[in-house]
Amino acid sequence: MNHESKYTPKYKNNNRIIEAKKNTKQTSLVGGDFSDKLRAYRDLHAHALFSSLGRLVASRLNAVLTIIVLSISISLACGFYLLVENVQQLTSDLESSNQISLFLRDDVSLASATKLANGIKLDSSVQTVKVITKEQALKEFEDFSGFGDAVRALEKNPLPIVLQVIPKNSLEEGQNIETLVENFKQAGEVDFAQLDMQWVKRLQLMIDVAQMSVVLLGGLLSLAVLFITGNTIRLELYTRKDEIIIAKLVGATNSFVQRPFLYSGFWIGFFSGVSAWFIVTIMMLILKQPVEKLSMLYNSGFHLLFMGFFETVALIFVSAGLGISGSWVVVQLQLKQLNVR
Amino acid sequence: MLTFDAVNMRYPEVGDVLRNVSFHLEKSEIAFLTGHSGAGKSTLFRLIAMMEDKKKSTLRGQITFNNHNLSKVKSRQIPFIRREMGLIFQDYKLLNDRTVFDNVALPLIIMGYSYNEISRRVRAALDKVGLRGKEKKFPLTLSGGEQQRIGIARAIVNQPKLILADEPTGNLDPELSAEIMRLFEQFKQAGTTVLIVTHDISLVSKLNHRILKLDHGQLVGDVG
Repeated sequence: MNHESKYTPKYKNNNRIIEAKKNTKQTSLVGGDFSDKLRAYRDLHAHALFSSLGRLVASRLNAVLTIIVLSISISLACGFYLLVENVQQLTSDLESSNQISLFLRDDVSLASATKLANGIKLDSSVQTVKVITKEQALKEFEDFSGFGDAVRALEKNPLPIVLQVIPKNSLEEGQNIETLVENFKQAGEVDFAQLDMQWVKRLQLMIDVAQMSVVLLGGLLSLAVLFITGNTIRLELYTRKDEIIIAKLVGATNSFVQRPFLYSGFWIGFFSGVSAWFIVTIMMLILKQPVEKLSMLYNSGFHLLFMGFFETVALIFVSAGLGISGSWVVVQLQLKQLNVR
Repeated sequence: MLTFDAVNMRYPEVGDVLRNVSFHLEKSEIAFLTGHSGAGKSTLFRLIAMMEDKKKSTLRGQITFNNHNLSKVKSRQIPFIRREMGLIFQDYKLLNDRTVFDNVALPLIIMGYSYNEISRRVRAALDKVGLRGKEKKFPLTLSGGEQQRIGIARAIVNQPKLILADEPTGNLDPELSAEIMRLFEQFKQAGTTVLIVTHDISLVSKLNHRILKLDHGQLVGDVG
């Protein structure tokens, strides 16, 4: 027959090839040079890493849409986190303050105020006492409030003399401080006593609530990231169903089959994290000028906090981790459903 | 190499599809498995390839392949046992978006061979099936016979102990069929056991090989 003569010479060669191949199998697998295997394993991972990236680029629209949705979710969480961080920075110097302000009656002279201050200083539970004169108080008010002009328009300085009392640290417990405040109120010169700690405490609690909300929101949005990634991977799995079945039929393990999908999840999470960082940073840059103008008006040294190095690294790690986890869960479920053993 | 010992297979909704099937294939043996459609050929193929879902059927008896007890195999062992087999499908089961080279290389990639080794072996396998020079083509640009031969190259690239072929000549004209049969004879000579599932009686009768005949799930003939 015609084709027989065409193929016969090749077969003869090929028997030799089979023998040769048998020998190489022994060196590469059974004899098993470890570094050779390691290299092949690395190649396998590198291939999965980059081919998954390639497919992501190839499925442009799908991937871009997913990444946009994810980065918006992630930047929401990050933005809220930064907001709370910034507010906290604003109050951080107040945190330790448990000072008591004693507003003296208007008719009390500076001399009797100083006398009263020296008396208070003798109290064993008091650390320091500072007298703020009417003039100092006015200056401070002008500087910080921005209402300087309005105050200057007044004929008479309306501000009282204030004694700033800082109790000893051992007096942290609210009960003791409150007793102290009650004692000060007994003095005839004192018009009004205010414990600054109370509103600092309230503010602190508000921040605590906000922080807890950040955690809750972050958790919720993480779940969203998990599910959105999972869904994207599910679609990819579906379109590559035949490939998975074929790979399994020629001896692929589950970990081989799932590897490219885990890498896809990684890339989706990674790019979402990076774009979320850009979104947040751009928004902060837009806010920077107005916030700093406002801060200047209050003569405050407040500077907007951006995402720090640690936060950026954490953001990208968490996003990538969520991407991997989301795809892992879906791949496990789908491989079972595909029903190829 | 491959032993069926009193194998009984039952689907709850269909009944017995294999009844008391026993046979043994030696190393370097070539055998045909024939029978009308529905005789249990596909079930037998799927049992050897471990494609049957154990939960959906009850299996009795014992199937042994190269010292593995296939009737009691665990899921995580399956990939490694499959690497000792070369499966050839009637519908080729090729990746049509990958080149011929990539298709044939798949089992070696899965096993973690280095690129140089893969390249050498794939070329040797393609050479053997007469597809040298078509490495960079895509399967759908080739003829049915050529696609079948890609599948065969993929099955042998790994030097399996057993080649299991499901209707490998189903879509081919007699000349191509004869050519592929000659390929199988070459593998046999190299020490591989070959089991070919086919209903192509004319092809089977022309060749002087062992024939296992299934009828309604029973082995009714074992000649040659």
